Amino acid sequence: MELKRVAENIWEIPRHGEMKVPARIYASRKLVDAVGGDKTLEQARNVACLPGIQRMSYVMPDAHQGYGFPIGGVAAFDLDEGIISPGGVGYDINCGVRLLRTDFSEADVTLKRRELLAEIFKDVPAGVGKGGVTKLTQSVLKDVLVRGAEWAVANGYGTSDDLATTEERGRMKDASWDDVSARAMERGIPQLGTLGSGNHFLEFQKVDRIFDARAAAAFGLGAEGQVLVMIHCGSRGLGHQVASDYIQSMENAFGVRNLPDRELVHAPVKSSLGRSYYRSMCAAVNYAFANRQMIAHWVRDVFKRVLGTSEGMRQVYDVCHNVAKVEMHAVGGVEKELCVHRKGATRSFGPGRAELPEAYRAVGQPVIIPGSMGTASYVLVGTAEAEDLSFSSTAHGAGRAMSRQEALRRFRGERIRDELAARGIELLSTSWKGVAEEAAAAYKDVDEVVRVSDEVGLGRIVARVVPIGVMKG
Amino acid sequence: MDRYTILDHPADGKFQAFGATLEEAFANAALALASLMWDWEKVEPAGSFDVEVRGHDLEQLLYLFLEDILFLAETKRFLLSSVEDVRILSADAGYLCQAALLGDREPGRYEVHGDVKAITYHEMKVEQRSDHWLVQVVVDM
Repeated sequence: MELKRVAENIWEIPRHGEMKVPARIYASRKLVDAVGGDKTLEQARNVACLPGIQRMSYVMPDAHQGYGFPIGGVAAFDLDEGIISPGGVGYDINCGVRLLRTDFSEADVTLKRRELLAEIFKDVPAGVGKGGVTKLTQSVLKDVLVRGAEWAVANGYGTSDDLATTEERGRMKDASWDDVSARAMERGIPQLGTLGSGNHFLEFQKVDRIFDARAAAAFGLGAEGQVLVMIHCGSRGLGHQVASDYIQSMENAFGVRNLPDRELVHAPVKSSLGRSYYRSMCAAVNYAFANRQMIAHWVRDVFKRVLGTSEGMRQVYDVCHNVAKVEMHAVGGVEKELCVHRKGATRSFGPGRAELPEAYRAVGQPVIIPGSMGTASYVLVGTAEAEDLSFSSTAHGAGRAMSRQEALRRFRGERIRDELAARGIELLSTSWKGVAEEAAAAYKDVDEVVRVSDEVGLGRIVARVVPIGVMKG
Repeated sequence: MDRYTILDHPADGKFQAFGATLEEAFANAALALASLMWDWEKVEPAGSFDVEVRGHDLEQLLYLFLEDILFLAETKRFLLSSVEDVRILSADAGYLCQAALLGDREPGRYEVHGDVKAITYHEMKVEQRSDHWLVQVVVDM
């Protein structure tokens, strides 16, 4: 397949064969070599063949091979001619990241960091088969699906300020529980308020370096050494089941014969099945918002208990990185509503977008990019240029570079724990084998990913943060 | 012949499972899936669930059969230790699969080291070879 270098960090697969638009990859030479070794490019090309796709099939700097759509893929579809695809959102609907700032400095937590982590580990359920602490009924769950983080705030988890700093204010309005299967709800009931395991984690971190003082100040980030809390999780089994249910329904309705990859199954946006998936996906998005809202509340409780206060623990922002949304974007100079799929990509709205809270409207949206276990994470700010470059999207993380099998062969969880401890980073996990699978060396270099994002203009670096304590599910 | 092989995959989990019959290959695929999350050989067969799924083709049948293992782990806290009495029949322009899943409902007794989020159709294979069946599955982790 031809891969043309368009400019520094920008590559394109020219339109050919069934492609309706070109595919564009944002990557350094080093990162493009990494995706050349897997199926990312082939998958980006397959997405470019889908009906109603607009402008280009985009690939973010942290992309890797997915199923159907690549992870790190962004594709927008016309509402009349286009499609919506569960595979374009991913199984973990509204997997996302929430960042809390604090008034604590590293010195305030150094002696208490072990206790903080142990208490968080106790209060935030994680791991397979660990139920949530709230005994949920199906009628309450339906409320969660419709109201999202609003439900959590109304029930004493956090404050309405948190809603203002959550994408969609923590609630996608088109959600309907009626489109969510009983099986999905059954999976959702025991897991509300749980972190989950795998690549999900909760970290407390410190600001390592500020790159953009103006944006940092707007986001509540100040001096180096300031303590932050990052929560990375999603919609748990409920979201996975919603994706699976609609993949089966779309297969049954439209067949799979003409698809280059069965995971590309889709329905017209405006078809009854397309609308039903969208409403159901919105419900799963809301479940994930509520989930992170509850976990953030418990984290504040722990800080209050251990350090005496949780004053100043405001939320910087909460971003989704697996989602489809209807947004206004310019195509050929004309503003129109599109169904934007971001699978392993973060929205990065620049200054002025009406969707942003007032406090951020002058600077742009905070973009939170978690690194891998024990490595740096970043706070970026959305840009005006990203609108033209990627329908206002950028990377979502480091992106895996090594298989779990290879990681298990090379690393031992207990050893990783000791190495992190030697660097002043505490680690707690439900499984050391799980820690080995998530070893930082199994991921791409997050510094390289955000550098490309910054240089191309998808999102500009505001701050680099590093972990102090890591809870891995 | 091994029951299954776990294959390298850049981001997710991938395995092939084998059997002299399709039923045996399905049972071994269930164990391969379990091995990505817990050590099924260490789990006591303290209880069981009967499952039944229908698919318009063998791939969908396998997908839904494996999904039941995730579903039971999350909703019944049930960790699989073995699979018995697998039957696969043609039914309603498609297929039906019945099986008894044995395992334990006390996940706290075992180490759960991985989280399989979902089964996928990506690179899925259900193939009859000269003297055995082969199935291949990629799961989202």
